[in-house]
Amino acid sequence: MTRKLALLVGLVTLAFGLSLIAGKAWVPPSAWFSPDPRFAIIVELRLPRAILGLAIGAVLGLSGAVLQGYLRNPLADPAVVGVSSSAALGAVAAIVLGIAANPLILFACAMGAAAGSMALLAALTWRSPNPVQFILAGTVLASLAGALTAFLISVAPNPYAVAEVIDWLMGALTDRSLDDVRTALPFMGLGTILLFLTGPSLNALTLGEEAARSLGVRLGRLQALVVLGTGLTIGASVAVTGVVGFVGLVVPHLLRPFFGHRPSALLLPSALGGAALVLTADSLCRLAPGAGEVRLGVAMALIGAPFFLTLLLKGRAAWS
Amino acid sequence: MELTIQGVDVTLSGRRVLNDVSATLRPGRVTAILGPNGAGKSTLIKAAAALIAPTQGVIRLGDRSVTALDPRERARTIGYLPQDASVHWNVAAAEIVALGRAPHRNPFAGPSQHDRDAVTTAMAATETTHLAGRPVNQLSGGERARVLLARVLAGEPDWLLADEPLASLDPAHQLDILDRLQQVARGGAGVAIVLHDLLHAGRVADDVLLLKNGRVLASGEAGVVLTPENLRAAFEIEVSVERDGQGRLLCVPIGRSA
Repeated sequence: MTRKLALLVGLVTLAFGLSLIAGKAWVPPSAWFSPDPRFAIIVELRLPRAILGLAIGAVLGLSGAVLQGYLRNPLADPAVVGVSSSAALGAVAAIVLGIAANPLILFACAMGAAAGSMALLAALTWRSPNPVQFILAGTVLASLAGALTAFLISVAPNPYAVAEVIDWLMGALTDRSLDDVRTALPFMGLGTILLFLTGPSLNALTLGEEAARSLGVRLGRLQALVVLGTGLTIGASVAVTGVVGFVGLVVPHLLRPFFGHRPSALLLPSALGGAALVLTADSLCRLAPGAGEVRLGVAMALIGAPFFLTLLLKGRAAWS
Repeated sequence: MELTIQGVDVTLSGRRVLNDVSATLRPGRVTAILGPNGAGKSTLIKAAAALIAPTQGVIRLGDRSVTALDPRERARTIGYLPQDASVHWNVAAAEIVALGRAPHRNPFAGPSQHDRDAVTTAMAATETTHLAGRPVNQLSGGERARVLLARVLAGEPDWLLADEPLASLDPAHQLDILDRLQQVARGGAGVAIVLHDLLHAGRVADDVLLLKNGRVLASGEAGVVLTPENLRAAFEIEVSVERDGQGRLLCVPIGRSA
């Protein structure tokens, strides 16, 4: 177990290094220590991007593992809670209203919308905190936020706003500064702590809700941790990068054969695996041929969907 | 500590499932909860485990209401084995049993030596030691049922509440589990089990709580409650009640009442 974890840490380190080096302009590690004009590329562009890639990948993987454990469903991912769609709605509203020039306002709008949807989710599921209720409420919130986003796009004042919205919705780590890092990391850090606290209760839930309650698990408290933790981490991640899918779904799946099915044993590996995956994917995005860059969200879906499909077809027996 | 059920009503989605149920379950004894389908047996045992709150009345452990206990403290005192034997992730049998220690452990520290010993003892008692490393999905229904029972035993509760623990077991393991539950009771713990098989009830029960339509039909020592008259009233069947060579009750259903 420790060796497998060490291997994952190694992978994350490699991916982080690659993210600093790789791009349209390659910056070899030697440039980091000597006076070299390319040093600015590292600090101003690549470093914030790598840190965000690491953080976003980690919280996507972690929240995916937590939600799969909470809902006892290997197909769950952060999108089912409706937080990503709601945060996206908030950001889109800021863009369409033309107040998004200040990144802090965009961030606040996205987090505000995420918080609003969490409050709604909590209100909808408060009286009977059970997974079925939770997934239904989350799905409804996600579709509502999706519909409102589409509505905002259709009433956007000009085609530039629409282009900006669509560009943003696809999810990317380009042009992020250390300011973005400073804004997002506290939320992600706090949410990460809350998500890690769910581990023991998730294990007990393996036996079903009644057995878990008889083992002393407070389902209401657990749900509050899941909602808050997901809201803070995913809200902040969507607020700085847009919507990046598939990580939360695929990563716990990939790691289950190596770390076992026990929900708490998957949390740390999923965070590490998510970070490695997003960092690598983002580096590949930069290396794609052509003048522009492939969007991270698009790349994740393009790599993720067929990959996941193959896994499902080949190894169904291994998971069920 | 006695488990005292006092005037308990439970209403579930508008239906009154338990109606003024009162009984005293004593530690050191096996209490069988019997009754036809829909009598409220599972509901009563869930209420005793504080998984369902009574709409009226109270269930006390000693002098404290079970619903007022801190959940973790309650979990250390009352072990509950649900009827539903599903396990949602394919984890190893030993990990399932170790979950029984959850209310005793600091959730973010490793298991203590006592935690490990309790798991080992519980697995030995249910003859599941050899299954320790096997993923749950590779266990037969009976093996899984024994692993889940071991999970409850590992918690070393003062009260063990089991909802039909024998449902998927073969006859040999049914007898083993009954003997095991009896030993747990002889060790001083309270054991209350929902049973369907009258032969099992007669064999294992010290006390019997007979329910019908959410009401107590009879309760008390097995020899007093398990009479042809009571069983006819509860199940609408004719039962021959005798004693076997060791003085145990033999309740053999003969046929439906006319």
